[in-house]
Parts: sequence; structure tokens; C-alpha cells
Amino acid sequence: MKVLVPVKRVVDANVKVRVKADNTSVDTANLKMALNPFCEIAVEEAVRLKEAGSATEVVVVSIGNKAVQEQLRTALALGADRAIHIDTEEELTPVSIAKLLKAVQEKEQAQLVLFGKQSIDGDNNQTGQMFAALTDMPQATFASEIKVEGNSVQVAREIDGGMQTLSLPLPAVVTADLRLNEPRYASLPNIMKAKRKPLDVLTVADLGVTLKAHQTVVKVTPPAERKAGIMVASVAELVEKLKNEAKVI
Amino acid sequence: MAILVLAEHDNAALKLDTAKVVTAARAIGDDVHVLVVGHQCGAVAQAAQALQGVAQVLVADNSAYEAHLAENVAKLLVDLAPNYSHILAAASSAGKDTLPRVAALLDVAQISEVIGVVSSDTFVRPIYAGNALATVQSHDAIKVMTVRASAFDAAAQGNSAAVTTLDKVFEAKTQFVSQSLTVSARPELGNAGIIVSGGRGMGSGENFGMLEQLADKLGAAVGASRAAVDAGFVPNDLQVGQTGKIVAPNLYIAVGISGAIQHLAGMKDAKVIVAINKDPEAPIFQVADYGLEADLFDAVPELIATLG
Repeated sequence: MKVLVPVKRVVDANVKVRVKADNTSVDTANLKMALNPFCEIAVEEAVRLKEAGSATEVVVVSIGNKAVQEQLRTALALGADRAIHIDTEEELTPVSIAKLLKAVQEKEQAQLVLFGKQSIDGDNNQTGQMFAALTDMPQATFASEIKVEGNSVQVAREIDGGMQTLSLPLPAVVTADLRLNEPRYASLPNIMKAKRKPLDVLTVADLGVTLKAHQTVVKVTPPAERKAGIMVASVAELVEKLKNEAKVI
Repeated sequence: MAILVLAEHDNAALKLDTAKVVTAARAIGDDVHVLVVGHQCGAVAQAAQALQGVAQVLVADNSAYEAHLAENVAKLLVDLAPNYSHILAAASSAGKDTLPRVAALLDVAQISEVIGVVSSDTFVRPIYAGNALATVQSHDAIKVMTVRASAFDAAAQGNSAAVTTLDKVFEAKTQFVSQSLTVSARPELGNAGIIVSGGRGMGSGENFGMLEQLADKLGAAVGASRAAVDAGFVPNDLQVGQTGKIVAPNLYIAVGISGAIQHLAGMKDAKVIVAINKDPEAPIFQVADYGLEADLFDAVPELIATLG
């Protein structure tokens, strides 16, 4: 079984971003970049499926400028076999990304496509579902457990209020939630080995996909600042403030 | 053109989120329809009929829809889409699962977690864990969007909208296997007026009993940080944050929570934030209206006692 894992380069999760002064976007220049945490979990799961003998090959794919190759190398160091870079300078909406990935899937014919549930920059939580729709595959989003059983995959999902288990015939799309696994660290020998693993570069034109402009970002603004609070000295003072000043209890 | 709202429900009761999404829909236009997809969901349809501002309720009641699978519910929405300018759902686990599938089948982009309506094609949404707000103008003919329910008030009741029954049934390849829901007598996290949340500082699952006592005194829901969930103190559906639930209660009491970016993303729109932490440098104090530097194991029992 071949597993395809789309991954994204994002600003590191621990960095607090700032909005540019001209309100056109978030300033990402010179910030630490990383593999999106949910994508990292998806890669880890694919590698575990390979180690368990369920998967034969793990292919990672990323869309963006040349810099995304750094994150593809990270995924290769974590255990992926091969990488595909779709080279574009454009900022794409998830539906356009899903179309490009569909073109990749037509070439790769993966049995399982493992996404992160969302990227921590756009916070869209759309791409896996859109890809599933375009390829007419069943989907299990927000997965916290994946079991491959013959021609199907059983997935435990995190839903509002609890957990749900679904069974999907393969090929299928699964998006990873935080609790699916604990990603490993890449060892130095694996990082060195990853440099020699195959990485193919394709363009949007190579994939024969025509993309539409769906939306315009009118402006990006910082959220309203909360006004500074106060420190109270005791529980009694806290209760008094909540009752008489804030009037919330 | 009319606006379609996908109802959020468990086949027995309509979730309050739907009433909030109806308010968002009415900020866009007047002709609001609510779609109830499920099985034996007559009571849900009745509750949807009662929402002020709803012109029509569409009901698709079939065993194929019992588990609310994205795969076939999306096909039903796509079938209805030509009659609508906007398709909305709550940014709940079900809404997030289903709507992107609808958008892709319609070849449109989706706008996620809308918190503000500027005009019928322009919306505000948070990005980067709420550290920036993007105003986005859609050029698509049909606008597909999920709505952050906590950003809108619930529509009032007292209406009696017309009901239309839909007969078309779409099947899914996905099979529902099982479900286990956390049972609680406390208010639902997303709609609670007060939330008491615990983090790693709680130390153990047993110690959450203390927060539950406090929550019961206040009529509050109990929430948690990712650290508390990962440590196994509480189930994951209690997680508040970028990857868990986004809440905006009147009062949020963060106990033993440091206040990482990802947690703040889920609660910083609360009206009043209280932080109880023994570390005076904890980032949570920067957003707290009232901060108490104290050991939670002293402060929480004292708080319970003070509230009588």
C-alpha cells in the first residue's frame, strides 16, 4: 500500500506573529519556519504504517517556493521514502491546493492519503476534505487512531462531545488530529540519509491544472488588545471583584 | 437568493450553535433556510422552525443520514446549492468535516470560522491562532462558510417556519462503526456562560474533581488545556484552544494553565478572564482581567468555600 502525505511549511508554532504595518498580511520575514505540527503527525503515522508492514512506500508532497524543500527533507529524515515539490510562488487557497494534489494522486495512485487536520497559519481545516471530494474518496477527519485492515481502514475520530469510529474502504483520505501519535525526532544519520532520497520538482503547468482566483484578502489586522488586568491578593478579593466589579457571578 | 444553514444536531435535539449561525446568516440576507439532515429528527425540525428569522426548514430524514457522514450529506447540500447564494454551518466538528467537501464539489473556496460579516461577499476570520484577523472578499458565486458560533448571539425563538420534506437519498461508502460521547450534567462547553479550565498544574485527573466542584457552584462547564488532555487527566473533547473548542463565555477561570498561544486562541474572547497560577511570569496573566498568584491547591478549595 502506498501512502501519500501532503505537508506544509509554516511559521513555527511557538512564534507569535505580527501583522504588517500596511495591513496587507502577517509579517513572516525572518521567522523560524517548520513543518506544520499536524503534517508532522501525518508523516509519523505513515512511517509507523510502513514499519508495521501495512504500507510499502511513503511519498510526501508539498506546494510552495523552493524553501518548502527544507520541510520535505525533514519529512524524508523522519522516514518518508520520496518527495515531490510542486513549485509555485503563488499563495493558493485550499481548493486550489486540493486540485494540485488530485493531479499528483492521479500519477501516484496512493491507497491512503494522510493529511494534517489543519495548518496552524491559515487555520482553514479544509484541504483533506476538499481533496477527498475531488477524488471521490471517503474521508475520516480528525483521526486519533488508524487501523488498516485488508481493503479498509478503521479510524477513531475526535468529535464534539466524544469519539466516533468509522470504517472506510480504500483508497481513503484521513486527516490527523494531535492525539494520533507522538512524532519522533529525526536523528543526524537519518537527516544525512534524507539528503540522498529522491525529490522531484514539478510545476503547476506540469500537472496540467488550471487554477482560479477565488478570493481577495482585503486586509489583515491585529485582533483587539485586551486591556491590562489587575492582580488580586486573595481569594476573597477575587470573589468580591467578580461579584461587584465584573458582575459575572 | 436565499441562504442555507446546515443544522447542527444529534437527531434528538437542535444544538444552540444553529441558532447562532442563523444570526450570522441574517447579517448577510433575509431569506434564511435551515436544512435538517438526519434520521428520526422530527423534534430537531420543530426546533428549527421556531427560530426567529428562518423562512423555511428543509428536512431530509433517512437512515442513510443517521451518522451525519460528510460524504453523503455533502452530496445532498450540493444538490440543493443552485438555489442558494450562501451555505453556512457552524465551525463544529461536523461543520468542519462536511462543508469543505461541499465547497470543493461546487468548485468554490470555503471561508472558515467566520467571526464577522462585512457585506454579502466579505467576511472576517481569524488566522494564525487568532493573532491576526483577515478580511476576505469572495469572488465565488456560492459562498460556502463555517461560522464561529461563539462570535454570534443565538436567534430568538417564537417563529413557525414552513417545512419542506426532501426525498432524495445519497449513500456513502463510509461505514459508521460506533460512537462514545462524554456524558455530563454540566452545561455544554461551547455554550456555557462560565467555564472553569484546568491545565498541567492540576497534577492528576483526580484533582480535576476540585474543578468540577467549583464548576458546580458556578453552574459552569469544565474545560482543559492540551497539556491536561495529553497527560490523560480529562477526555480530549474538553480541550479549549486552536485545535480544540473555541469558547467565549462571560467568565473563564484558568487554573494551572500557563497560557500558550494555542490555548489563548480558544478563549481570549471571553468577557472576563481569571487566572490562578503560582508562576507570576505565566503568559496567562497578560490576558487575565483578574490574576491571582497562588497555589491552586490552596486557592481552589478556598474559592469553593467562599462561594458557599
